[in-house]
Amino acid sequence: MKAGLNLIEASELLANNETSSVELTKFYLDNINKGEELNCYNTVSSEEALKAAESSDKRRKEEKSKSRFDGIPIGIKDLFCTKNIKTTASSKILSSFVPTYESTASQNCINAGLISLGKLNCDEFAMGSTNKTSYFGSVINPWKSKNSEANLVPGGSSGGSAAAVAADLCIASLGTDTGGSIRQPASFTGTVGLKPTYGRVSRWGIVAFASSLDQAGPITKTVEDSAALFEIISGHDSKDSTSSIKQKENFYDNLNSSVKGMKIGVPKEFKSDNLSASTQKAWDDCKKLLQENGAELIDISLPHTMDALPTYYIIAPAEASSNLARYDGVKYGIRENGKNLIEMYEETRSIGFGDEVKRRILIGTYVLSSGYYDAYYIKAQKVRSLIKSDFNEAFKRVDAILTPSTPSTAFEIKNEPKDPVQTYLNDIFTVPVNLAGIPAISVPFANDENNLPIGLQLITNSFEEQKLLNIAKNVQDTINYAPNLDKWWIK
Amino acid sequence: MMNGWELVIGIEIHAQVKSNSKLFSSSSTDFGSGPNSQVSLVDAAMPGMLPVINKFCVEQAVRSGIGLNAKINNKSIFDRKNYFYQDLPQGYQISQFKDPIVGNGFIDIVLDDQTKRIGIERLHLEQDAGKSLHDQDPNLTFVDLNRSGIALMEIVSNPDMSSADEAVEYVKKVRSILRYLDTCDGNMEQGSLRADVNVSVNKPGDELGTRCEIKNLNSFKYIHSAIIYEAKRQVKSIESGERIHQETRLYNIDSGETRSMRSKEDAHDYRYFPDPDLLPLEIEDKWIEEIKSTIPELPDQKKNRFIKDYNLSEYDAGVIVSDKATSDYYEKVVKNRGPKLVTTWVTSELFSILNKKNLTIDESPVSHDKLGELIDNIESGKVSNRLAKDIFEEMCETGKSPSDIISEKGLSQISDEGELEKLVDDVLLANPENIEKYKKGKDKLFGFFVGEAMKLSKGKANPKLLNELLKSKLNT
Repeated sequence: MKAGLNLIEASELLANNETSSVELTKFYLDNINKGEELNCYNTVSSEEALKAAESSDKRRKEEKSKSRFDGIPIGIKDLFCTKNIKTTASSKILSSFVPTYESTASQNCINAGLISLGKLNCDEFAMGSTNKTSYFGSVINPWKSKNSEANLVPGGSSGGSAAAVAADLCIASLGTDTGGSIRQPASFTGTVGLKPTYGRVSRWGIVAFASSLDQAGPITKTVEDSAALFEIISGHDSKDSTSSIKQKENFYDNLNSSVKGMKIGVPKEFKSDNLSASTQKAWDDCKKLLQENGAELIDISLPHTMDALPTYYIIAPAEASSNLARYDGVKYGIRENGKNLIEMYEETRSIGFGDEVKRRILIGTYVLSSGYYDAYYIKAQKVRSLIKSDFNEAFKRVDAILTPSTPSTAFEIKNEPKDPVQTYLNDIFTVPVNLAGIPAISVPFANDENNLPIGLQLITNSFEEQKLLNIAKNVQDTINYAPNLDKWWIK
Repeated sequence: MMNGWELVIGIEIHAQVKSNSKLFSSSSTDFGSGPNSQVSLVDAAMPGMLPVINKFCVEQAVRSGIGLNAKINNKSIFDRKNYFYQDLPQGYQISQFKDPIVGNGFIDIVLDDQTKRIGIERLHLEQDAGKSLHDQDPNLTFVDLNRSGIALMEIVSNPDMSSADEAVEYVKKVRSILRYLDTCDGNMEQGSLRADVNVSVNKPGDELGTRCEIKNLNSFKYIHSAIIYEAKRQVKSIESGERIHQETRLYNIDSGETRSMRSKEDAHDYRYFPDPDLLPLEIEDKWIEEIKSTIPELPDQKKNRFIKDYNLSEYDAGVIVSDKATSDYYEKVVKNRGPKLVTTWVTSELFSILNKKNLTIDESPVSHDKLGELIDNIESGKVSNRLAKDIFEEMCETGKSPSDIISEKGLSQISDEGELEKLVDDVLLANPENIEKYKKGKDKLFGFFVGEAMKLSKGKANPKLLNELLKSKLNT
């Protein structure tokens, strides 16, 4: 079996009977086994996957395949509820929780015949950008700095989803993105991460972090795969009131990589001294590349995005503090007994949640308290509208916006800053997009001087994912980024 | 009311929306099913579950708003009211805080023939919580989530009431309107309608006093006595130099007293904020108009019509229309019959038997057809009013139709002149001395002859004809 297969290649192999779903699935289960050290998976569902692969092969023989991707093994972030398979949100409080239901997004994958290899590690309740907040331990980035053995963070919160794709422990994966949780780890691992327009992918059955920001999306090896997997998981869902009524589109078939005549905006506010030199260079190179391919560069201003981070760290914790109230030891999850109800709550939640989750619950509870609500929550909502209108204004002039995905490349696990605010800065380029509800994609562009992947972010207006994917494909096809990843974990 | 004190009352009514399914899930709302048998994934707040508004509950709220003469807001917002409790699975209740679905309205109440208008501040939709059962185990609390997520309408009045009687009339009237609209079954014993009552006292001309809220009153009687107790308590406190503290109190139905539950200082900070899982609720005028066109005749209109059409007294009309089922029953009986007789029979005979047996009109042992048939027999002179009461009693006991009872017992009134003449002749023949006395001027003996003839006919003689016949025979 060729290593590093993508969705499209695998579907062709299957179509030509050059491999079977069982063979593919066994191959990837073996990869997962060999890559255990990377800690990408919280749960590997080998038996279920092999059984599903057998059914898929049977369907193919009978020419009853559910889609051209029927039989391809993928990984699913451990935030999507999966029927009869443990779903933990990487939290102790849900460490033994087995849902009786399947999230709409993962059900859409099942409906297309995709096979789940298991549940991917992530930051606890998707809160983090290093994957270090997981109750099941850090995911290790398959990339290492040149001349260093130190383990690096894969980014977060969809760290397992990104690392597993990069390390070829699955063909593609599902992640979720509340403030950059798909794009930042994609950037850190040299993978393609798409955060769709808010409402494109149903939130039903996904453990909620911040409801007004959460959005599921694919992490893949190529832009084509991104289009294909996005097409599979998207679509209206009457069980999610915030789900868009827009029709499913044929993103993959409609891919067209021309950027001729397109206007690409470059926001001046994203130029920063904190940007590493190599990231700055990659950004500049990409601008040039797009220009050479026929696009026009336009300087734009998104003045309020400067305030996006503090705005995000009010709204997201506020919603989280309420969304996580249901984990109280009463109905499911762990319960620590106490002398009375209040003590039971205190014990259960003290033991069940990790520090970062507790920090955000406290922040959220504080900003919603009477007396502070107007000063924080209401003000943050006002800034959020201003950020939205910044983008609206910009998209009157440009087709897409190009920025770096992250200020720097992956850093060492042991080097995480003590001050959480420093860590939060990882999301400075991704957060404005979630606040505006618009789509964005991180595409790998180059490696830095330490041979670590640099991702660039493209942003378009709501529901313009097709355009987004088209431009991303143009960049991908032009640079022909080939990850030169040493599989050090295979001894 | 109480020597030199004024009473100010405002009421929040929690009315369960009549709907087959819950506010944000498709679970059933049947009362009395086994514990936790009507709980969906959403109601149990499983991870990743999302609320989806039940359009019918919205329609019911709009309908109620129209019935309360209130403004329907084109845009309203669902908020989360955050607090922890074992029977609140989400850790928050979805309610409406700043922007309710229904705004200002009013209803009129009548007390001692005086009409008073009570303002309504708002009506909003919210989820009910589950039920905690503390009596199943000495150490454990059990939780039943059947009620969790059921739609409630909270109807908030202005502080416009100034006596316990007015407060009760107000709740009765709101309940009656909701039942007419079929938006709430109004069953207070089952908790489908309960009231939180805010009470304060002040000296005339002074500012309003500090209010206390008495929670969860589920009968008219409790509302009445809780207010009386609470007002007296407040007056007594103030008169002995104490201050009233704003607090929530509970009414003890055994002692008839209210006691403090929590003070304002201990009140929860509910951290309300708009529920990000739900879009603002937008209601188009067109839909409001459509709903308006389906609103049935409401108690006030019906009362006026009854007074006009059936010549009812204000009081009788009020009593009959206060309950929709009663007014329906009345209208079925009164159709093509004389209203006066029908009113008397419904308000005295029927009501007294229902009261005695503690039955609702729907459970009446005498159907409207049968009561109508009985009244027909009275109107046609087939049975006397006196006899009809006996027949009615038997109808209540046996459920038989009046005709069956009349024919079985041969109770039909004797109106046949020949038969009556024979009766009269027999009586006269047996009492020659009394005829003598009567003719000499002892007029009072006329009653004696009537009585004898009645006795002889076993009460069946048509009294009017009997009188006439006797008179003519005795006077010749």
